Amino acid sequence: MASASAFSEPAARATIAPFAGEAGSLLPILHALQKRFGYIDKRAVPIIAEALNLSRAEVHGVVSFYHDFRVAPFEGRVLKLCRAESCQAAGADELVAHLAARHGLVVDREVGPIKVETVYCLGNCALSPAALIDGEPIGRLDAARLDDVIAAAKAGGR
Amino acid sequence: MTTRLYVPGDSSALSVGAGKVASALAIEAERRGADIAIVRTGSRGLFWLEPLVEIEENGRRLGFANVAPSDAASLLDALAAGRPHEKAVGAVEDIPYLKDQQRLTFARCGLIDPLSLEDYRAAGGFAGVTRALSLGPAATVAEIIASGLRGRGGAGFPTGVKWRTVAAAAGEQKYVVCNADEGDSGTFADRMLMEGDPFLIIEGMAIAGFAVGASKGFIYIRSEYPHAFRTFCAALAKARSGGLLGPHALGNGKPFDIEARLGAGAYICGEETALLESLEGRRGQVRAKPPLPALKGLFGAPTVVNNVLSFAATPWILAHGGKAYADYGMGRSRGTQPFQLAGNVKRGGLIELALGATIRRLVEDFGGGSRSGRPVRAVQVGGPLGAYFPQSLFDTPLDYEAMLAAKGMLGHGGLVVFDDQVDLAKQARFAFAFCAFESCGKCTPCRIGSTRGAETIDKIIRGERRHENIALVRDLCETLTDGSLCALGGLTPLPVLSALDHFPEDFNRPPIMIAAE
Repeated sequence: MASASAFSEPAARATIAPFAGEAGSLLPILHALQKRFGYIDKRAVPIIAEALNLSRAEVHGVVSFYHDFRVAPFEGRVLKLCRAESCQAAGADELVAHLAARHGLVVDREVGPIKVETVYCLGNCALSPAALIDGEPIGRLDAARLDDVIAAAKAGGR
Repeated sequence: MTTRLYVPGDSSALSVGAGKVASALAIEAERRGADIAIVRTGSRGLFWLEPLVEIEENGRRLGFANVAPSDAASLLDALAAGRPHEKAVGAVEDIPYLKDQQRLTFARCGLIDPLSLEDYRAAGGFAGVTRALSLGPAATVAEIIASGLRGRGGAGFPTGVKWRTVAAAAGEQKYVVCNADEGDSGTFADRMLMEGDPFLIIEGMAIAGFAVGASKGFIYIRSEYPHAFRTFCAALAKARSGGLLGPHALGNGKPFDIEARLGAGAYICGEETALLESLEGRRGQVRAKPPLPALKGLFGAPTVVNNVLSFAATPWILAHGGKAYADYGMGRSRGTQPFQLAGNVKRGGLIELALGATIRRLVEDFGGGSRSGRPVRAVQVGGPLGAYFPQSLFDTPLDYEAMLAAKGMLGHGGLVVFDDQVDLAKQARFAFAFCAFESCGKCTPCRIGSTRGAETIDKIIRGERRHENIALVRDLCETLTDGSLCALGGLTPLPVLSALDHFPEDFNRPPIMIAAE
């Protein structure tokens, strides 16, 4: 995410502070940290543990459980491509093959100017195949539209 | 007089350009100094027509389908001159797809500005909670029981019985939790309501809070729905400033408030106990039941956990009486179900009908067959844990019991259509792989069985000892069904076994050779 700022411990503490004392606030804290820094830095784990009176292992366990939380910074664009049943029925697998053949992009693996991640259902199933590009929904996705998105990312456009 | 143009702000509509259409219309209106107000609504759920722009004329809404930004000028020209426009589809209410529905829960969705309390009230909103407050908690629960409403998230447990249990449970603090972790492929009804009629969900949760004596509610919204989360949070703020949430929400001195929480990409958190764990700030791992969440739920307190659609059904039930709701439906499946039609289908969308409509009616009459134009071969009902139905079973009624009898389940009411290009062996493999990917890891059958299942189906596809391996998959399915803690492992066998039972030929195709070149 372009709006992310560099990690620092004081900034992390400031991000966590408003949640102190709120019951079950670990997920909201992790979302807030990821929004601010773009990922969950491992240096944030002991700070969170101390604030919530948890062990570091417990915090790490939660960070690693949920698919959303990144543990390394990523500056490029993120295309979340739905590969659940409805999108499969409408050709999502062909789009995955197209990404590999045309752009050399392996879903969930390689990181170029654009990272393509598998997601299971975006709730846009009546207009499958569906994707989210940096949080913006795309419906009736096809190879041509995908090419445009990749070209824009490679050009550094947003 | 100001002309009101309605353009959906629903994320599905946005995904095909509704946002750009709204901007283009605004720019064109400004340029010609026309007195036009653009109202952003939810979606009607007629998604193949999106972006569907509507204009009010003589109390009727006239629609323009598949509007592109480049249509803005000609559309405003036609409206000003009273001329027809090529994108016109007439009165939206008269489109058979909408006209043939029985919309109770979705009566307002797509019609009103979702963030206008005035619009909501003018369209009959808050009649349910008002009646509940006048009836008192016990009579409110009695109305829900009389309605026959069952959990619309998929489990089908009687909602009123759950509420009665929580109401009777001892405890100073009780909670109402709304499950908006709508992760099933082919479903989008929760999302549509959060984006198109969020006050309905808030009203339903307030009714539940009043009925069971809870002062605090949580709604757990999946992170794949960023737009719904934003809209719902905005609605919560409006409800608070309007006094509908807060210290006196449920009458003098009776507080009720709702906090929206964002999920983090874990399908398993749609399971109610995993959801509670996640709300408490832990890994979304399933809890063993008992104790039931109704007695020992969030933070150990008695908790109502219901799906968005269950809460959203209750305002209508309270406003019109439980009996009126129970007049819809068949057998023990009372009321209406917002069905969702998706996948390879010509006219995908939201179809609210009395329970008991057949698969065929939805896929053929409403859906118009496949989008590709090829024959429909299979329909998966009820999400990734639901069964694949062949043509020969398309007359099965969509109700809880009939689905169960056909070795399927209604789930959250999603139907995903596949044409004849589908390979059911591949779909069965995906069911196992999905279970492996989303398993919380707590119980062995789900955690390990899912991976072994995918591997075994790979062997079948490769042509290795097919007979023995199919027997092994069936045996494994029995273990998952009987030995899993929750529905993820417990129901993964439904898609697998339905594929094996109804589409055996797909497991006997010429082996796929993966040769090194």
